[in-house]
Parts: sequence; structure tokens; C-alpha cells
Amino acid sequence: MLDISDLHVEVGGTEKLHDINLHIGEGETHILMGPNGSGKSTLLKAIMGFGGYTITSGSIVFRGTDITRMPIHERAHLGIGMMFQHPPAISGLKLGKLLAATSHHGNEALEALAQTVNMEKFLTRDTNVGFSGGEIKRSEVLQLKVQQPDFLMLDEPESGVDLENMSLMGKEIANLLEKDVHIVNRRRSGLIITHTGYILDYLEADQGHVMINGQIRCHGNPREILRVVKEKGYGECLRCKQM
Amino acid sequence: MSALQTDVGDIERLSEKDRERLALTGLEVGMQNRCGSFFQIDQNVIQTTCGAEGIEMIPIKAALEKYDWVKDYYWNAVPRDKDKYTQYLAKQENPQGLVVIAHEGVKVEMPLQACLFLRDEPVQHVHNLFIAREGSEINIISGCASSWQKERGAHIGVTEIYVGKGARVTSTMIHNWSPGISVFPRSATVIEEDGTFLSNYVCMQPVKKIDMYPTARLVGKNAVARFSSIVVATPGSILDLGSRAILDAEKTSAELITRAITTGGTVISRGHILGEKDGTRGHIECKGLILKDGVIHAIPEIEGTLTGTELSHEAAVGKIARNEIEYLMARGLSEEEATATIIRGFLDVKISGLPAVLQEQIDAAIDQAESGF
Repeated sequence: MLDISDLHVEVGGTEKLHDINLHIGEGETHILMGPNGSGKSTLLKAIMGFGGYTITSGSIVFRGTDITRMPIHERAHLGIGMMFQHPPAISGLKLGKLLAATSHHGNEALEALAQTVNMEKFLTRDTNVGFSGGEIKRSEVLQLKVQQPDFLMLDEPESGVDLENMSLMGKEIANLLEKDVHIVNRRRSGLIITHTGYILDYLEADQGHVMINGQIRCHGNPREILRVVKEKGYGECLRCKQM
Repeated sequence: MSALQTDVGDIERLSEKDRERLALTGLEVGMQNRCGSFFQIDQNVIQTTCGAEGIEMIPIKAALEKYDWVKDYYWNAVPRDKDKYTQYLAKQENPQGLVVIAHEGVKVEMPLQACLFLRDEPVQHVHNLFIAREGSEINIISGCASSWQKERGAHIGVTEIYVGKGARVTSTMIHNWSPGISVFPRSATVIEEDGTFLSNYVCMQPVKKIDMYPTARLVGKNAVARFSSIVVATPGSILDLGSRAILDAEKTSAELITRAITTGGTVISRGHILGEKDGTRGHIECKGLILKDGVIHAIPEIEGTLTGTELSHEAAVGKIARNEIEYLMARGLSEEEATATIIRGFLDVKISGLPAVLQEQIDAAIDQAESGF
């Protein structure tokens, strides 16, 4: 579904990602770990196509289409979606209006969707303005439920979420990734940045990657990577590439 | 329906283009959603009609003749010698304009419309009085426009509004001028105990200059005033706007809200709240969006004279944040769609207590302007 080859990305004139290669197959969910500032969010934003994340060489191919230079919204139309860790607060723009603008659903359908994540009272609130950590995540999940992307990128879905919200979020994300569909028929894929691995309590991931200093150092079983990082920190991963 | 003067024919004889311009200010010729209507072209009152019991709409000369007490309100809230524009108006031997009287306890939600249209003469002058007596409630929508053929001209208007004890007046003004027209409204409102005054102002179309600084004096306990302004300054337009609230009685409160956009013109957004009695509260909020190089100059002033007043202001001027646009693009909107959606949100100042028809009118004015962003 997603093929990243020899990708180099600059931010503010400095290269932040070096020679990234990543292949995510249809129906697969991958976990991306790594220390703060290692470039995980940069990779997600480069895949989404945000300004300021300049691809200096390499390519991103999504379902056979080269999207390396494609505008953000066209990537969204192709089926790429993203849960933001720190979405902007947009003063005046009601969440309900945002959802209506980005979908063909009627008001009733949107309200029903909002109820599934306890956000019905937020439809008349300014988007993300004064939302708590959990409310921001629920708002993001709601927007993604409306959007229904085939490839879903999640930037730290656990951060700022209490246990009760985490359970709701975990289940909703699993649904978005078609975890209820048999593996043979599952078509949706995901790339999830996590520090804690809590999300793995709610869904299975197929592969894990560790990013350090803008490079993907290790690939492997996600639970094993999580265990190694918990026990020995990221130093182990730094060494494993060098060996 | 009591009709002092009705000549809808004159309205119907307006050119199609002019009728469209008037419709954008809220004029409903058919009056489906209006309970009263006043229409003045240049200096000629061509329609005064009111179908609501207990509400009167009368040309000002007739009102001064009909009721002896109307003169007590005439040049009371606005002084004759305030400036050269009021002096010009005070000199007129033949004053034109509208008096609305809501008699005691009369509550009408459906708006009254007052339409002022500048077509042939160089200067239109108008003097309005809106008098809401004790316990009454009225909504007035004032649409002011000039003919599409009108290249230069001026509109000078005095509006004095009196909100009686426990009364509520919602005044919504929509302007639709032309690039060569200068406009000098001089308005003042006096609000008595438990009275509420809501003023909404919308100007989304080109104009040469608008210069106004309406003042509300809250003279009775618990009186409330709220001014909301939504304006766009196109290239060549100078909008020098302000609103002022004098909190001159205990527990009065005021809120002055402005959303200003420049696409190349100048907006000066003034605001002044004076808290001089106990338990008073006031807040000024001005948000400006610079879409193309132009000027937005916010000058909020808050002035307190005793410990029992609480006043605040917030102002912000800038462009649309890139990350907001990209956020919406990540949900599938094109850059243009994302920008328009954010601007629409920016201008979305929902005014509590505003009747749906008035809100629709404001939305329509925004829709019309949005195509030009």
C-alpha cells in the first residue's frame, strides 16, 4: 500500500530524515517507536505532504501512485488520513461545520457518528478550542470516522488520554483499521507512533520500527521491540544497526 | 394593515441590479418576513407601513406632529452640535427619517425593516428615532445601500435609540455601498433599567469611507449592551469604526465584538468601555484577519474609575495560520475550500437572541462577500 524509498526530508534547511525505506502492505499495521525528536512525526507529516517538510530525494508511492509532490488534499482523496497529536485550535469554526465541510454526510448522520465517541455536545463548539487531551483525541477519531481513510497515520494516540478514554479510543482505532475483518480480507493499513505501546492492548500490529536520529534503525516484531526498549532503552537499537 | 404611505410601485420600478443590492441589505419588498417597512430613496420617503399592533413606524416629521413627547427624544441622545455632520443635519428644514415606537409591553419578534437608498442626490440625510417603551421588544433591520450607478455621494444619518425599562431592542444594520460613497452615521442609545440593546453591524462590500462611533449609555441598573461588527475592507475602503459603552448604573454590562477582514483596505476598530459604577462589567474583543496587505488597527480602550468595575479586552491581528489550512486539507479540502471554511468560521459570530431571519440575513451578506475572497 505504501512504499517509501530512499527518502530524505529537510525542515528549515536541515536534513531531518535520512534515507528512509519503509514498506507497509495492505491490511498491515506498523508501529513506529523512537526517542523524542528522532523524526517520527516528521515522517508522518512528510507522508501527508505538509509544507515545510521538503523532500530532497527519494519517493513516496501510495497504491502505485507517486505522491511525493502531491498536494495534501489529493493525498487525502487517495485515502491517506492522519490523527494529529497537536491539532490547531480553529477559532470560530464549529466542529460540526468542519465535519459537514469535509463529508457528504447529513447532519443526522454526523450527530449519530459523534455520539459513538461522546462528542455530540462538541459539534457546536469551536474546533479544538479549549478541548481537553481526551476531547482532542475523540475529536480526531470522529473526523477520521467521517473521512474513513484506507491508510491511517496516528501520532501518539495515547498521549493525554485517561484510561476510560483510552479504551474507547483503542476500540475505535481498531475499527478504523478493520481489525474486526479477517486478515485475508482486511484492506486498511496503519502507521502508529507510540511511546508506551498501550495501543497494542487494543489492536495487533504486524511490524515495528525504531527511528533514531532520523534513520530507521531496527525492524521487527512490535511487542519484542517494545520489550527491548522498555528493558534496555533505545541504546540497544542504536547498536543493532551498527553491527 | 395601517399604511400611512405605501407605494411599492416605486420599489418595483427600481432596476433589477438595484433591487439585488437592496435584497442583500435585507429589504424584502414582498414583506414575507417583515412586520413593518420604511423605505426612503434619497430624501423621499416612499413607503411606511406597519402591520404590528402596538408598533408604529412613522416618518419623523409626522411623528413630531403626532406626539408631543417625541420631541423629548429628538436630538437628545445625540447632541445637535456634536460635529459638522450633526450640525448639517440639524440645519435641515425638512428632516427625513423614521420613528419607530414600540408601545409599552408590546413584543414583536418579526423584524421591522428600514431601508435607505441613495440614488440620484449627492447627499442623503436621515434622522431616525427608535423608541422602545417599558417592557417592549423589537427587532429592526436597517439596510443601507446605494444604486449600482451611483459613483459618488454621501450618507449622513443620526439614529437615536431609547431602550426603556425592561425593554429589548435588536438593531441589525447591513451596509451595501459603492466605492465612491462616504458614510457618516451618528448613533447613540440610552438604555434604562433591565433594558437590553443588541447592535449588529455588517459591511462586506466596497465603500469609500465609513466613519462611525455609536455610543450606548447604560443609565439603569442591570442594563446590557452588546455590539457586534463584521466588516470587510476591500482595496480603497476606509472603515473607521468603533463602539462605546458608558456603564453609568450599577450592574450594567457591555460587550463589544468585532471581526474585521482586510483584502487591501483599512479598518480602524475602536472600542471604549467606561466603568463608573459598582458591579459593572465590560469586555472588548477584536479579531482581525489580513488576507491581503492592508491595515487593521485595533484601538481598544477600557477605563475604570472605581474598584467595583471589571473590564477586559483582547485583540489579535494576523493572517490565517498555515497549519489550520493544512489541517483541513488533510481532511480532504482543497486549499481554497479550507481557506473559505476558516474565514467563514472566523466571521461566525453567533449573536444570542438574534431572530433566525436576521441571522440568515447576516449569513447571506457573508455568503455574498465570500465569493470575493
